[in-house]
Amino acid sequence: MFSGSSTFVSEVDQAFLFILIISVIFFLGITFAMIYFVVRYHHKKNQTVSQSSGNLTLELLWTVIPTILVLGMFYYGFIGYRHMKTIPPDALEIQALGRMWSWLYTYENGYQTDTLTVPLGKPVKIRVESADVLHSFYIPAFRIKQDAVPGMKNYVWFEATETGIFDIFCAEYCGDRHSYMLSLVKVIPQEEYATWYDGTAQFAPAAGPAGDAERKPGSRGPMLVKIKGCVACHSIDGAPLVGPTFKGVFGHQVTVITDGQEREILADEEYLRRSILEPQADRVKGFENIPMPLQNLTEDELAEIIAYIKELQ
Amino acid sequence: MASHAIVETTHEENYLQYKGRHGGLWSWIFSTDHKRIGILYMIGMFAFFVVAITLGLLMRLEQLTMGPTIMQPSTYNKVFTLHGVIMIFLFIVPGITATFGNFFLPIQIGAKDVAFPRLNLFSWWLYVIGAVTALVAVFTGMADTGWTFYVPYSVRTGTNVTLAVLAAFILGFSSILTGLNFVTTVHRMRAPGMGWFRMPLFVWGLYATAWIQVLATPVVGITLLLIILERTLGIGIFDPALGGDPILYQHLFWIYSHPAVYLMVLPGMGVVSEIIPTFARRNIFGYKAIAYSSVGIALVGTLVWGHHMYTSGQSYTAAVVFSFLTFLVAIPTAIKVFNWVATLYKGSIRVELPLLYAMAFIFHFSIGGFTGLMNAAISVDVHIHDTYFVVGHFHYTMFGGTVFAMFGALYYWLPKMFGRMYGQKIGITAFVLQVIGFNMLYFTMMVMGYMGMPRRYYDHLPQFHDGHIIATVGSWFLVAGLFLMIGNLVWSVFKGAKAEDNPWGGTTLEWQIPSPPPLENFDKIPQVERGPYEHTPVEVSK
Ligand code: HEC
Ligand code: HEM
Ligand SMILES: [Cu+2]
Ligand SMILES: [Cu+2]
Repeated sequence: MFSGSSTFVSEVDQAFLFILIISVIFFLGITFAMIYFVVRYHHKKNQTVSQSSGNLTLELLWTVIPTILVLGMFYYGFIGYRHMKTIPPDALEIQALGRMWSWLYTYENGYQTDTLTVPLGKPVKIRVESADVLHSFYIPAFRIKQDAVPGMKNYVWFEATETGIFDIFCAEYCGDRHSYMLSLVKVIPQEEYATWYDGTAQFAPAAGPAGDAERKPGSRGPMLVKIKGCVACHSIDGAPLVGPTFKGVFGHQVTVITDGQEREILADEEYLRRSILEPQADRVKGFENIPMPLQNLTEDELAEIIAYIKELQ
Repeated sequence: MASHAIVETTHEENYLQYKGRHGGLWSWIFSTDHKRIGILYMIGMFAFFVVAITLGLLMRLEQLTMGPTIMQPSTYNKVFTLHGVIMIFLFIVPGITATFGNFFLPIQIGAKDVAFPRLNLFSWWLYVIGAVTALVAVFTGMADTGWTFYVPYSVRTGTNVTLAVLAAFILGFSSILTGLNFVTTVHRMRAPGMGWFRMPLFVWGLYATAWIQVLATPVVGITLLLIILERTLGIGIFDPALGGDPILYQHLFWIYSHPAVYLMVLPGMGVVSEIIPTFARRNIFGYKAIAYSSVGIALVGTLVWGHHMYTSGQSYTAAVVFSFLTFLVAIPTAIKVFNWVATLYKGSIRVELPLLYAMAFIFHFSIGGFTGLMNAAISVDVHIHDTYFVVGHFHYTMFGGTVFAMFGALYYWLPKMFGRMYGQKIGITAFVLQVIGFNMLYFTMMVMGYMGMPRRYYDHLPQFHDGHIIATVGSWFLVAGLFLMIGNLVWSVFKGAKAEDNPWGGTTLEWQIPSPPPLENFDKIPQVERGPYEHTPVEVSK
């Protein structure tokens, strides 16, 4: 329970333990006194009741002591929070975009990925944003959490104190696959990070349509369906998730609902394009409940994804 | 006679036998008798309670294994929404107020009914209409938003949020009208001689609650209405895509819903303040401290809502101020607990089921309160917010606290309400099962929460698996205890042994009249001459 890997861990856990210890003392006191009185003054042992309607000294005592203690607790919680809100100016900035139902991380050089990689012992500032509804960026091992609110840029920072791989959750309910909106943060030593970061430049959009002419069309598909968030709703192995699987769609008949009318349609390239660009136009029967979000794909990315879906037979 | 008031015993027929203008069912659902209305609420609420317990059990079964167990994610999301909506809006908010409050508030202050009996019946009808609306919502694609209906998800989801929200809106009106009725009743209907500080503490709890109902519920009413307008007309108050602000929604929602937790628990505290002096044969310790702390909780409790929003993106200053105020609410709560325990000191204690439930209340509610302090500390809450820690915490307060107090009230007042005693042996077995199951379930949830298990998760990662198994097994004990208790109580109402007028040696006014109470409670309005819990030596030695 009390292990963790960021500079906030000791502060948060100490505040927690401080409250816990005081609570346990009081709790045991209350419980034992209550049970002891019930046993000791059971009517079989005690027939004479000593009536009393109260005692001012006692009332004052048990008002003042808890007041002092809770003020201490408040202060403990407050200083930890102040630390969390004081973002070091030299912090590395990464964007975490929450969307139904995956996280997308964008680095300063434009590199995009679905797994966060950060350097050890260096402050990292995450700009938490949302593309659709509320989400919450939560790393339990670091004791941080920040809601992703559409239209707002919220910041959260941390400094990892241990290398390793840690869970990232979405902590704000966001619909069907909320509990699968998981991701990982990988903490690596600073030198390793520097090399890794330089290596990402070639995948960044600034480097132009990566792969160029000699690459096979569709080879960037697997990467794109991940970072564009398609796999949160579409599987590539035949299992229906929130949306139909990509496997085997191409070239088959699909039953869709167009303007409330059911019809059969052949899933050709044109159909796939339309499904992605105007998801509301033809809605696949049985999957009408969740609106498929629009993704701003470039022409090139769209072609790559369609080529990739064609291959998945 | 050892009563503290002069009460004429009546031989009039009791409220259960009375036949008015209508017969059969009609004589109940159109009755303006506060006692019948209390029982009507009780029947409705417990029917929904059983449904929501079953939903809770299903959720726990789903978590027994990793991956799909008995349902799909979309179903799970609807199940926890429905569980939360029923438990909050249809069960615990009307709660002790609508049932025991309706039945005993007039009797405890020496009145023949509430101030506005017909309005009271109307409140019950609104409850029924709200409940039916909720049922229609269930069968037309229940909302899957959680009971908090957070925007923008609640504006965009394809499920039937509009009706579910409308149901909550109507139920809110029912609550406001009950509050209005009770405030007036307490001000205007007290028997001669019953000054403010001769009122039983249950009445103080209801009085503080009634003010929250009147002042805070309209806020959530407006908020819910705005969601409906946003969904139907797209007015753009909350949804950022339309230029609105989702944080505003959270503020408005919690301005009501935090005070609402005190609205749930204050009457429960009132019940405990009745049970303890009765079974200790002792005057309550610190009457005024308990009475004032109810009012204090109601006042400060309206100013702490932002503690639900530390991670939402609300301002730094707001978070600090809300945290500070939240810690202040802990103090009046602690004062009450100390006074209850002190009341047991040097008493002559009879251990009966109502007392056991009052003790379980103190036990669970203390845990709920202490974990509340952990939630109130900002840096700690950043970590545990929206995890199982919070789910555990609020079940400890609302369920282990309020609902256990309500069970205590059921046992305490059953003889008075129906003139029958409950079956004791089964009652104790059920109690033991409940306490064991409850703590296995929710304590484990809190541990998982600190480890990072988020709430409203259909599935879980392997590191949480053991915890989930323990919690699910706990839920079996708990549910067994609950059903055993309900069955036993239903049996007792019809088949239990005849009860005396004052089986516990209680000192408040309801114990001075026959069981079940006569139609108009009192033949002659009593003259009150003493405080509510003054046990005379005669009673003590018998
Ligand atoms: C939030 C969930 C979600 C995400 C994310 C998502 N989709 Fe969809 N998608 C759906 C749903 C639901 C449908 C079926 C309803 C419809 O046709 O609109 C669908 C339908 C489709 C179809 C038609 C499939 C068929 O069987 O006819 C294609 C193609 C598609 N999506 C591609 C994509 C691509 C490419 C991406 C990523 C850029 C993506 N989707 C992201 C939910 C999603
Ligand atoms: C047998 C009894 C009960 C069981 C087994 C049970 C179980 C649960 C479970 C498993 C959750 C969902 C946790 C999650 O995934 O986030 C939950 C949520 C909840 N429960 Fe209970 N519960 C019970 C009784 C109660 C009672 C008595 C109340 C209130 C008085 C209550 C109020 C709630 C609320 C408000 C939620 C939150 C719903 C939401 O997230 O929208 N429950 N309960
Ligand atoms: Cu989520
Ligand atoms: Cu609150």
